[in-house]
Amino acid sequence: MELAVRGLTHCYGDMVVLDDVSLHIPAGEILCVVGPSGCGKSTLLRMLGGLEQPDWGEVLQGGTPPEGCLNPLTYVFQDFALLPWRSVAGNISLVLEDHRLPGDRVRAIIEDVLARTRLSDFHDALPRQLSGGMKQRVAIARALAVNPAVMLLDEPLSALDAQTRELLMEDLVALWERQPFTGVYVTHNLAEAVRLGHRIAVLSRRPGRVREVIEVPGTLSERHAGDAGLEAIQAHLWALMRDEAVAADLELLDA
Amino acid sequence: MPEIRVPFRGGGFRPEARRGTGIAVFLLLLFLIEWGTRTGWISNLTLPRPSDVAATLGDLARSGALWTHLLPSLSRLAVGSVLGISAGIGVGVLIGLFSYIRAGLVPLVAAIFPIPKIALLPLFVIWFGIDEGSKYALIALGTFTPTVVATYGAVDNVDRGLIRMGQSFGLGWWSIVRKIVLPGALPGILSGLRVSLAIGIILLVAAEMLGAEHGIGAYILQAGALYDLERLFAGVVILSCLGVLTSWAIGKIEKRLLVWRG
Ligand SMILES: Nc1ncnc2c1ncn2[C@@H]1O[C@H](COP(=O)(O)OP(=O)(O)OP(=O)(O)O)[C@@H](O)[C@H]1O
Ligand SMILES: [Mg+2]
Repeated sequence: MELAVRGLTHCYGDMVVLDDVSLHIPAGEILCVVGPSGCGKSTLLRMLGGLEQPDWGEVLQGGTPPEGCLNPLTYVFQDFALLPWRSVAGNISLVLEDHRLPGDRVRAIIEDVLARTRLSDFHDALPRQLSGGMKQRVAIARALAVNPAVMLLDEPLSALDAQTRELLMEDLVALWERQPFTGVYVTHNLAEAVRLGHRIAVLSRRPGRVREVIEVPGTLSERHAGDAGLEAIQAHLWALMRDEAVAADLELLDA
Repeated sequence: MPEIRVPFRGGGFRPEARRGTGIAVFLLLLFLIEWGTRTGWISNLTLPRPSDVAATLGDLARSGALWTHLLPSLSRLAVGSVLGISAGIGVGVLIGLFSYIRAGLVPLVAAIFPIPKIALLPLFVIWFGIDEGSKYALIALGTFTPTVVATYGAVDNVDRGLIRMGQSFGLGWWSIVRKIVLPGALPGILSGLRVSLAIGIILLVAAEMLGAEHGIGAYILQAGALYDLERLFAGVVILSCLGVLTSWAIGKIEKRLLVWRG
């Protein structure tokens, strides 16, 4: 499935958060969205998945979701959003229960996504017993369980330490290689953006506008930390964002 | 070499289970009173001797009178509080979920809450009859308001991020309420129940004092009228036990249902 954003503008009160944002996310591609704090990235993502209505403009979806897709637009949240009173398997079955699937089908899906995220041993663990990285893997497993057409990820790795982040990035790449999904990946971390994005949209500081959309060449699985080409793109991104970030910081001080 | 050990400044602010402490305090108090009344340091008119109260309780149990008083009281408390608490949880959840219901009912609940419900007993007698009906209604109303307040507070405190997550996965409204809102509100609802049930017991006794042949309240009233301190205190002890028992039961339920909090 593909997504398109046309002329998205949104205000909270009289503060303009997004200003005429237009983007296209082709099927099977991951678009990374970077931008300074408070420029409206999370707001944009909420609108992409229909959790919030824009004041002006529209979000369009095209193409048909894959066979067996239970929830075409699926989120992975920064704070994991796991139900603390449900086990790992229970959290995954939560999103399957409303679809009237036969019991053995549900069990098969749960086993499959737990295996894909290397969590099979934690079937019955409660979220409080898991580390942050494992919680996010559960959240990713939950997203995979509904076989999404589009994954919407809002800083999914930012609550995690650098090592776990690196591992989970590899996991995400492996999952995408196995079954390419359309993705929108919001992040503060430019290294993540160049590793996971086919294209990177740079937003300006508030009100968020699209400053530039950069293509990152090369397949995801061939990218590595410290790759010279990626470093160059990262440096370019930083040059774009630096002034914005400084200005955004000052703005916060003024406010 | 530095030589002063860094002083420990952490710890505290986190009560832990200390087995037997409650009982020890209780026994110590009983012992003091027993000792005081035996030595004459506390006069017989001030406090009855604990051993006499215990003996009275023993007689009460042996004669079977304990049950003729306890059973009606327990059934009144059970029926009244089940009615009040279930209605309270229902209304509290509705207030927590719907703006109009909230706007309409919160002021009403705030208006009902501070009324001493016992003052309404004559009214209830007219509405529901002099028998059990008025007592059920009194206990139900008394447990209803605190349950409503605790419940909608608990629903307000459910993590909105979890609800957003439910919506993002296309869960139905009823699924979100059942699987996210209610379990998330459960800790708050349960701690509200402690208050509600204590109020229920107070109202039970008040209602029985105003008009009942049998019941702990009636028993205490008779004893008080005769200035029979042993029997009065026997009744009070039964009430205290009832309070401790309900609190203990809720504690058990919390342990069962809230394992996930760790
Ligand atoms: N529900 C809301 N009501 C009012 N203001 C909001 C709301 N949500 C976000 N905002 C404001 O809109 C602006 C953009 O918020 P948003 O969360 O989209 O930014 P962001 O780019 O995701 O920031 P960050 O990088 O810090 O996550 C911020 O200034 C924020 O304070
Ligand atoms: Mg954000």
